[in-house]
Amino acid sequence: MSKEKTWREASQGGVCWKPSVMYLTGDWKTFRPERDVSKCTKCLVCTIFCPDGAIRWKAEKGDIEFDMNFCKGCGICANECPTKAIVMKM
Amino acid sequence: MRQRVPHKSNRNENVEEVQIVKTTAKQEIQGLNGDEAAAFAVKQCDVDVVAAYPITPQTIIVEKFSEYVANGEVDTEYICTESEHSAMAACLAASATGARVFTASASAGLALMHEMLFVTSGCRAPVVMAIANRALSAPLNIHGDHSDSMAERDSGWIQVYAENSQEVYDSIIQAFRIGEHLDVQLPVMVGLDGFTLSHTLENVETLPDETVKTFVGIRQFPVVLTHEGKTVPYKLDPESPMTMGPIALPNYYFEFKRQQEEAMRNALRVIPQVHEEYAELSGRRYGDGLLEQYSLEDAEVAIVCLGSTAGTVKTVVDDLRMKGVKAGLLRIRTYRPFPAEAIVKALSPVKALAVMERSMSFGGRGGAVFHEVRNALYDAAVQPPVVDFIHGLGGRDTNPGQIRGVYEDLQKIIRQERTDNLVRFVGLRE
Repeated sequence: MSKEKTWREASQGGVCWKPSVMYLTGDWKTFRPERDVSKCTKCLVCTIFCPDGAIRWKAEKGDIEFDMNFCKGCGICANECPTKAIVMKM
Repeated sequence: MRQRVPHKSNRNENVEEVQIVKTTAKQEIQGLNGDEAAAFAVKQCDVDVVAAYPITPQTIIVEKFSEYVANGEVDTEYICTESEHSAMAACLAASATGARVFTASASAGLALMHEMLFVTSGCRAPVVMAIANRALSAPLNIHGDHSDSMAERDSGWIQVYAENSQEVYDSIIQAFRIGEHLDVQLPVMVGLDGFTLSHTLENVETLPDETVKTFVGIRQFPVVLTHEGKTVPYKLDPESPMTMGPIALPNYYFEFKRQQEEAMRNALRVIPQVHEEYAELSGRRYGDGLLEQYSLEDAEVAIVCLGSTAGTVKTVVDDLRMKGVKAGLLRIRTYRPFPAEAIVKALSPVKALAVMERSMSFGGRGGAVFHEVRNALYDAAVQPPVVDFIHGLGGRDTNPGQIRGVYEDLQKIIRQERTDNLVRFVGLRE
């Protein structure tokens, strides 16, 4: 892959030429969240605490959804879940 | 400002020669100290945002400017920040939106900005900052030396050091044009020696407001390609969003640093251009804007220095020239980018050279100016002996007698054809 730009071609000051949604940061993770649906009360505390906005409420499904492309596996959702419905696994 | 006027020759009244004469703008002489001269220059430069935190001996700059804001004499947004780190962060952010931005600092304040200085130059934000050069603690000292800005010489900022308040005024105006030049796009620091310049009243010739406004013009922007594939001006705009100063990992960081180096090289060309254009407007020149040579054409002994010291050195040079000593001075006005090739050329006749500088590089075998001047001379056809004279730390006065002593040392070096003591201290009790 020699598509990388030279210093003369690259935008001034490192201005991005890719939108942030194209940088899939989800592959940084070691641990991934797993949800026990029977314990989940859909209180949505996890959606508020997720620092990456990787847990979203999907109105059409009437449920939450994890976006693994952006979940970095920090475990904050598991820690905050009042019913311990989320556990982090390798 | 050139004008064609008919000129009557003395030799032949009938022949009407057409001569190009320079007409300078009508100027007003004001009694200003260095700080006030800086503030007045900023007032005339149509600055959008000033974010600052006061620190001696810079305080008068921001104090004076806040008066202009309070009196409604400028429409500048003035932000009182809680620290210098925040001040530079605010300046960078404002500059990123396309505003023309100014701030001022000194000593510990500049040191606290350290991190943000690199971010500002890395984001290619042409912020202009006056530095009332002051010593760094400890022990606490509020007086002048160059320790503060010399410690920031690698921060990617253009550095200009003024010799007097007049030059402070002129340099601030030029700084906006230099920094905002499309081939440069770098922040600019203008150094004025603490107290020696910052607090000393001088006659300063000032240009009319309109003349300065026209000279600095409206800020220009280079175009960049955004993630949406659009070419847009390099500024933050909700209509065409872009990310400035993002993460650049090992595969890209290096390329952006090389861009900054190129901008510095371009500045070597742009600074004399802007300086010359301003000189035609004001009638004032400081060498070519990079270096000022004084009695250097045939000099055998010469001093290289920065800032207000040069004023005293010039007096001594005049004095020595009367006595037949071939003494000269090279004042480095622009220290970043470092005009190495021009320095080598300017110093070609010199047989022994003294670098006089107001900062130390502890354990570095001389100060930074010494290192760089001596390094440049490695490319010279003949290398003269070069000695470092550290002087004026913490505001210690450097008098004409001491400078005469430096020239005597140089003459001794020529006679003995050797230099045993490479780093010397002027005005130190030994």
